Amino acid sequence: MNLRAIAAIYRFEMGRTFRTLGQSVLSPVLTTSLYFVVFGTAIGSRIDEIDGVSYGAFIVPGLIMLTVLQQAVSNASFGIYFPKFIGTIYELLSAPVSFLEVTAGYVLAAATKALAIGLIILGTSFLFVEITIQHPVWMAAFLVLTCLTFALFGFIIGIWAQNFEQLQLVPLLVITPLVFLGGAFYSITMLPDAWQAISLFNPVVYLISGFRWAFFGLADVPVGWSLVAISGFLLVCLAVIAWIFRTGWRLRP
Amino acid sequence: MPQPMSRPILSVDGLSKVYEGGFTALDAVSLEIREGEILALLGPNGAGKTTLIGSVCGLIQPSGGRVLVDGHDTLTDYRAARRLIGLVPQEINLEPFEKVISTVRFSRGLFGKRRNEALIERILRQLSLWDKRDSPIRALSGGMKRRVLIAKALAHEPRILFLDEPSAGVDVELRRDMWEVVRNLKRDGVTIILTTHYLEEAEAMADRIGVINKGQILLVEDKDALMKRLGKKELVIELREPVPAVPEALRHYGLRPTGNGHRLVYTYDTHGERTGITRLLADIQAAGLHLCDVETRESTLEEIFVDLVAEERAAP
Ligand SMILES: Nc1ncnc2c1ncn2[C@@H]1O[C@H](COP(=O)(O)OP(=O)(O)OP(=O)(O)O)[C@@H](O)[C@H]1O
Ligand SMILES: [Mg+2]
Repeated sequence: MNLRAIAAIYRFEMGRTFRTLGQSVLSPVLTTSLYFVVFGTAIGSRIDEIDGVSYGAFIVPGLIMLTVLQQAVSNASFGIYFPKFIGTIYELLSAPVSFLEVTAGYVLAAATKALAIGLIILGTSFLFVEITIQHPVWMAAFLVLTCLTFALFGFIIGIWAQNFEQLQLVPLLVITPLVFLGGAFYSITMLPDAWQAISLFNPVVYLISGFRWAFFGLADVPVGWSLVAISGFLLVCLAVIAWIFRTGWRLRP
Repeated sequence: MPQPMSRPILSVDGLSKVYEGGFTALDAVSLEIREGEILALLGPNGAGKTTLIGSVCGLIQPSGGRVLVDGHDTLTDYRAARRLIGLVPQEINLEPFEKVISTVRFSRGLFGKRRNEALIERILRQLSLWDKRDSPIRALSGGMKRRVLIAKALAHEPRILFLDEPSAGVDVELRRDMWEVVRNLKRDGVTIILTTHYLEEAEAMADRIGVINKGQILLVEDKDALMKRLGKKELVIELREPVPAVPEALRHYGLRPTGNGHRLVYTYDTHGERTGITRLLADIQAAGLHLCDVETRESTLEEIFVDLVAEERAAP
């Protein structure tokens, strides 16, 4: 295991984050605050409590998930796409590193950034609503697992993408709708039966449900399923990455 | 230059590359490189030089063949193989916002080496980059960027260095500095494989020269032997009185009149059975011409190279 290589990539990526610290942190915090103002305060005041939780508090886990997923995917995808785009990938390909080390470096860095932003949003939400977290350890575990899994997913997107449009396509066209339809702002039990059944095919439902359970002890699907779903997705991403590096797909002509 | 006897540190055996779409860029290339030598790879645009380097270094998935780096297979034992290799790519591939010194440190870390600031300072000084160490790369000139690429390649102390057209876009003075750097590396025992379009460069630096065209190695030879074997010589015959045309009796020598008929140029192969000079001189005398001077001139590597490629092109 070339641990120094992982550290080098991690440090390099974090360096990039710190160079643009302002925009990295400011924009998600601003966006989330807007959500709180619009959904939590303006609309939320007209919505009843959901299972004894005020609407403003109810949307906190979903909001964190929304931003964390977007951040993890876009950071990791950009992280590996950029070297491909400017040609510095030659160094990764000619270095004595395996796919595991390269992936670990980029994914850990992207996950760290997503996690940090998730925690900042959690902190911001305390300014707007009152929350007590029932299962803090599980909350942290779900958050970390989500950051890692979706950073992995983003890493795959970054390798797959052949231009900037494709790079932005997935976060925009896939992640955002899945999160909105995944119960970020409502409980899927509020949906008609048919839509509830369809929602169960949306992987993000399991994420948000599990995460919300860690906050309030409320879940749309059993929390065990949430763990299985996210771990399964993690394994699929790992398998795809192993295949990419073995075949050199989109990396080595 | 006498060549020390040594085993090959790099051996390329039947290496092929067929790109997607069916283009054969490397056609069963075999090549052995001795420890400590400088090998110059010469070839026209599109000959396959970069593809060859890429296939050895892991940038390109070879279609067939085998490469051993100090006995380590580049596919099955890639870690051990790649650890020995430094690569300076043809294109300037650098992250524009990164600082010079951090990108060089990054390279060292990527190759799994412990931090060594003294070494990095030495490398940057040697390449006249020390004053620029804290500049972002986008603030450097083209020649400086190329030297940053070299610094990155040297940061992990490779035993073999690939330089893909190190002098492209570098001015004459800087090119001489670059040669100096390469010679110093050779002195430190680094094996160097460089590609170049500047034949002067190969001539000035290489111990051996390989010529590649259309994905095939035409030859690899000691530079001096190559010059001897393929070097054509010209005999320039200065006449006392100019001739309006080459006399009929001398036609079959293929003489080329120059200088308004004051000189006749005779070309002959140094490796031919006989040069024909004695007969020519006798025939010139018989034709009633008077010599006042004769002079010989060797062909440059450039001329040799152009001939070789032309030969290959003419072949069916
Ligand atoms: N990724 C690729 N896909 C398809 N063909 C390629 C690819 N890369 C190179 N080629 C082709 O392979 C041939 C050899 O290219 P290569 O870059 O190895 O040449 P070269 O000798 O380095 O040329 P130059 O002196 O111009 O750098 C060229 O005909 C080129 O068009
Ligand atoms: Mg080239």
